[in-house]
This record gives sequence, C-alpha cells and structure tokens, in this order.
Amino acid sequence: MSAEEKYVAAAYLVVFAFVLVYFLIMALKLARLERQVGELTDLARKRADG
Amino acid sequence: MSTSLRNNQLALSATLAAVLVPTAIALVFFYAPVDEDGLNQKIFYFHVPIALAAYACFGWGAWKGLVHLWKGKPGADLESYVAIHLGVIFGAMTLLTGSLWAKFRWGHWWLWSERQLVLFLVLFLFYSAYFMLRYSVEPGPQRANLCAVYSLFGVVLIPISFLAIRLANQYIHPVAFNRHGPQMAGSQFFTFCVCLAAMLALFAALYQFELAGKRLDARLKELRELLA
Repeated sequence: MSAEEKYVAAAYLVVFAFVLVYFLIMALKLARLERQVGELTDLARKRADG
Repeated sequence: MSTSLRNNQLALSATLAAVLVPTAIALVFFYAPVDEDGLNQKIFYFHVPIALAAYACFGWGAWKGLVHLWKGKPGADLESYVAIHLGVIFGAMTLLTGSLWAKFRWGHWWLWSERQLVLFLVLFLFYSAYFMLRYSVEPGPQRANLCAVYSLFGVVLIPISFLAIRLANQYIHPVAFNRHGPQMAGSQFFTFCVCLAAMLALFAALYQFELAGKRLDARLKELRELLA
C-alpha cells in the first residue's frame, strides 16, 4: 500500500471509528435505560400489589 | 409532536443515511475520477461535507437556542444541546481528516499561520466549551437560557470561519468553490453533492437517535420521582 493510499484509508477509518464509537456509547446508554425501565416496572408492581 | 411521528422520523432519517453513506463511498472510490492531485484528493469528498455538516449542526443548535429564548418551546433546549453535541463530534472529525490530508499534501499536521484552520479550531473550541458551561450550572430554566445565549453567540463564528477559507491571502487550504462555481469536473461535483447529502442525512439520523435517548432518559427520571 502506498503512503497516499494509507492516508486516504486512515481518513475514512477515522470517520468510521467515530460513528462506531458513537453507536457503542448509545448502545450502552440504551442498555442502562432498559435496566432502569425494569427497575421501575418492579417498583410499580410492588406498589400495585400493596 | 407524538412519539410515533418522532419514531417514524428516526426510521426515515436512519434509512436515508444507511442508503446515502454507502452510495457516497461507492461513488468516491468507483465513479469519481482521480485528478492531478492524486488519490489523496478522495479525502476531500468526506472532509468538506463533514465540515459543512458541523456548521449545519452548530447553526441548528443556535436556531433551537433562539426558539427556546423567543418562544419558550419545551424541549428546544434539549434539541439545541444535542445538535451542538453532534457539531462537536463532526468538528473533531473535520480536524482529524483535515490534518491527515494536510500531512500528506504539505508535510504538516497543522499550521498555526493558516487563519482558516485556526478559525475553525476556534469555532470547535467555542462549542466544546458549551458543555463546560452547561454542566457547571444546575439543570433548570437558568441553565437553558444561558446555554441558548451561548449557542447564539457562537453562530457568528460560522460565517467567519466559512469565509476565512476564501479571504485568506495564503491558499494552502484549497478552495474548491468560488464565485465562478465548483472548480471540479461534473462527476466530482456530483460525487461531492451525494457525500454532502450523506453527511447531512447521517447528522439527521444521529440527531433523532440521540434526542430519542435523552427524552426517554428524562421520562424515566420523572417516572422514578413519581414512584419514589
């Protein structure tokens, strides 16, 4: 691979990496939100049961 | 706006981004010709659209800030925050891809003597500091108002940064568009337009995605307080 090709590949990989890391962070956040929904559902059920 | 309509918008923008981004990459490597600058010119097709998308993010964030101050619309502060957050991400990508291009073309990662580079960096740092302001104030109307005003101040830097590329005396940073139109072949211009549409679609999809997450977070917090 020539130096030119390496720089072009690196530039596109930077963009790809940023987008992937962004999605990873959002996926972790979604997992946390799902966990919170589960906890709140349990809390609501306990309230409903008395 | 109803949740189902928002979900439809998210699905639509994500589909658009999923179609346009691979199409753009395919056009860059299989359709756009390699000109006299060489293969490294291919970086231009993503670097410039990402920079323009960053400007669009900051502009949209400033617009939502204005909507918050002017109409007091609920949720405008959150929309402004998300847009500026994405603008900082796109800005970082602009600086990195530009540095890679500059290193190959001119042997320098960065040139402090280049006004247009420094002005974009100033714009990026200005909006990065937005988060320092936001998280130094307790959540509430005061924080929303301060952030909205700050986002509006920053929007002044956008045209200055954009025009600096044209007004600079030294043309280290290439000028692909001037008053005579695009300085490139038709196929290159078409590829550039598709790449720009792809980046804007990506911004729209990420914006909707992050906004949905933040709204869900806020609703869950409210629910927790009600159930506590």
